[in-house]
Amino acid sequence: MFAINKQSKATAFIGMAIFAVVLAVLPFVMGATLGNTWIRNLDLAMLYIMLALGLNIVVGYAGLLDLGYIAFYAVGAYVYALLNSPHLAGMLAGTGFEWLLHMPLLVVLPLAALMAGIFGVLLGSPTLKLRGDYLAIVTLGFGEIVRLFMNNLDRPINITNGPQGVNLIEPVSLFGHKFSQAITVFGIEFRNVHLYYYLFLALAILIIIVSIRLQSSRIGRAWVAIREDEIAAQAMGINTRNVKLLAFAMGASFGGVSGAMFASFQGFVSPESFILMESIVVLAMVVLGGMGHIPGVILGAILLFLTPEVLRDVVNPLQDKLLGERVVNPENLRMLLFGLALIFVMLVRPEGLWPSKRRKAELHEQDEEAAAAAAAKEAAHG
Amino acid sequence: MANQAKTELLLEITGIHKRFGGLHALNDVALSINKGEIYGLIGPNGAGKTTLFNVLTGLYQPDEGKFTFKGIDLFRQKPNVVVESGIARTFQNIRLFHNMTALENVMVGRHVRTKAGVIGAVFRNPGTKAEEAAIRARSLALLDYVGIRKHAEEHAKNLSYGDQRRLEIARALATDPQLLALDEPAAGMNGKETDDLKRLMEKIRADGVTILLIEHDVKLMMGLCDRIAVLDYGKKIAEGVPEVVKNDPRVIEAYLGATPD
Repeated sequence: MFAINKQSKATAFIGMAIFAVVLAVLPFVMGATLGNTWIRNLDLAMLYIMLALGLNIVVGYAGLLDLGYIAFYAVGAYVYALLNSPHLAGMLAGTGFEWLLHMPLLVVLPLAALMAGIFGVLLGSPTLKLRGDYLAIVTLGFGEIVRLFMNNLDRPINITNGPQGVNLIEPVSLFGHKFSQAITVFGIEFRNVHLYYYLFLALAILIIIVSIRLQSSRIGRAWVAIREDEIAAQAMGINTRNVKLLAFAMGASFGGVSGAMFASFQGFVSPESFILMESIVVLAMVVLGGMGHIPGVILGAILLFLTPEVLRDVVNPLQDKLLGERVVNPENLRMLLFGLALIFVMLVRPEGLWPSKRRKAELHEQDEEAAAAAAAKEAAHG
Repeated sequence: MANQAKTELLLEITGIHKRFGGLHALNDVALSINKGEIYGLIGPNGAGKTTLFNVLTGLYQPDEGKFTFKGIDLFRQKPNVVVESGIARTFQNIRLFHNMTALENVMVGRHVRTKAGVIGAVFRNPGTKAEEAAIRARSLALLDYVGIRKHAEEHAKNLSYGDQRRLEIARALATDPQLLALDEPAAGMNGKETDDLKRLMEKIRADGVTILLIEHDVKLMMGLCDRIAVLDYGKKIAEGVPEVVKNDPRVIEAYLGATPD
């Protein structure tokens, strides 16, 4: 076990090193070859990686099916947006709470994580006795409730500015430098998309490290135990209520960080960004990539975010070439192809593209278990 | 308890009732287990043995009664509180964490006696590292104790049936129990495996753990238990040393039906 742990640690380290080197130059390569949109897409992909890793704690580790996960992304986004835009500033003027505004990033990010974590516990606590489908439906409802609150909390006091959303959100400012301004180092010009890229990359790596360390800890084992057999986990003295709430809180806090970064990156948030479809996409990233397996989840996030973007660039030229005209609405065709790809992957690899050994074992349990049971019976009666 | 000086009361329940709708699964059950004994629980199928087990381990909340362990009131306490107080169990239909390795299964058992939280996990401070190493060492020792250390890295579901039973016992022992409750540990075992199991139970008792045992194998029970209680239709119909219980007419009736005369 020690040897295996060390080995996986080493591979994880090498993997991350390669990740870092390749990705360090990636925005410039992409910018030069595919244009600015693709650097933006890279930035957004990083945000989805963080989201997927957060949901992976809840779904992949603890086995709690959460269909409202995007709510925590929303909480993080609104925390950042409200504390860094003129909207709340106007309301707070003269109340003695102005200190809340324009806090440094190293304060705002943990705050967003904390708020999302608190929401995670709030939304998690009524669902503790539920499992599987029932849990999924209740969490779906909670996700919608959060969105509706954001949509309607413009009255009686205008907190969220309702469906219009919050705009003029200030970009991140780090070490006294505002990300909206380009910076030139060694003759290389780093524009805001580049700067955000490196910030998001750093945060994503941080979240990956936390995920890896949680996985092989006492808490991580307790999560897996609950997923495998909740009754047995209870009988081993695991306080399943607390351990589940911890999973909700940890997962939510990752989502909160990602949400805060989304708000600063876009400069604008509105409830529209946090619809059910977003929860489902993040869940699909986790499932398609390989539940509970960090590299798989990252792969899932990248593929699921980038495939529709690639299709966006591919669908129209393809139609022009093949048919001579644009017969099908490109948006519809894009989603159709995307959907087909998802179905295909799930049919061929139900355990995900890059599953953990354990997960793979679970999905092929039936055949193996039948064989094992037969062998056991034979041994017992033989 | 004639020889009060020698025996020390470990667990005591009185007047326990448990109903499931119209079914009175446990009806005014009382029993007391002394420190260091092997206490057997027998009865026909459906007599309420496993229900009583679930009550004693916190998985079921009894409707009425008293339940104390080492003088601590455990009436309607959650399973994790019961385990923390020192009662651990195995299941009639083995409930291992099938896709975890044997070692990881036992390591989960150490959860209740260790403390590391999220902060410790993320920062891996020396205290957490030391605790994790201790968990691993203790778990390996326990696998050794029940005789399956060589299977430490195998997935629990790939172990043989008898080894799965042993692993469940090791996992329960990892919680440092004073009372180990075993629900039909010999079910489905052949003669040799049963003999090995008997020796293991005697070893566990010799190491200071009291054992509560449900078992159908009467021969095993008679040779192993210090005292036996018999349940029938949710009521305790007999209790005492095996020889006496075996010849109790009510017990014979419960097992074989009323004797015509």
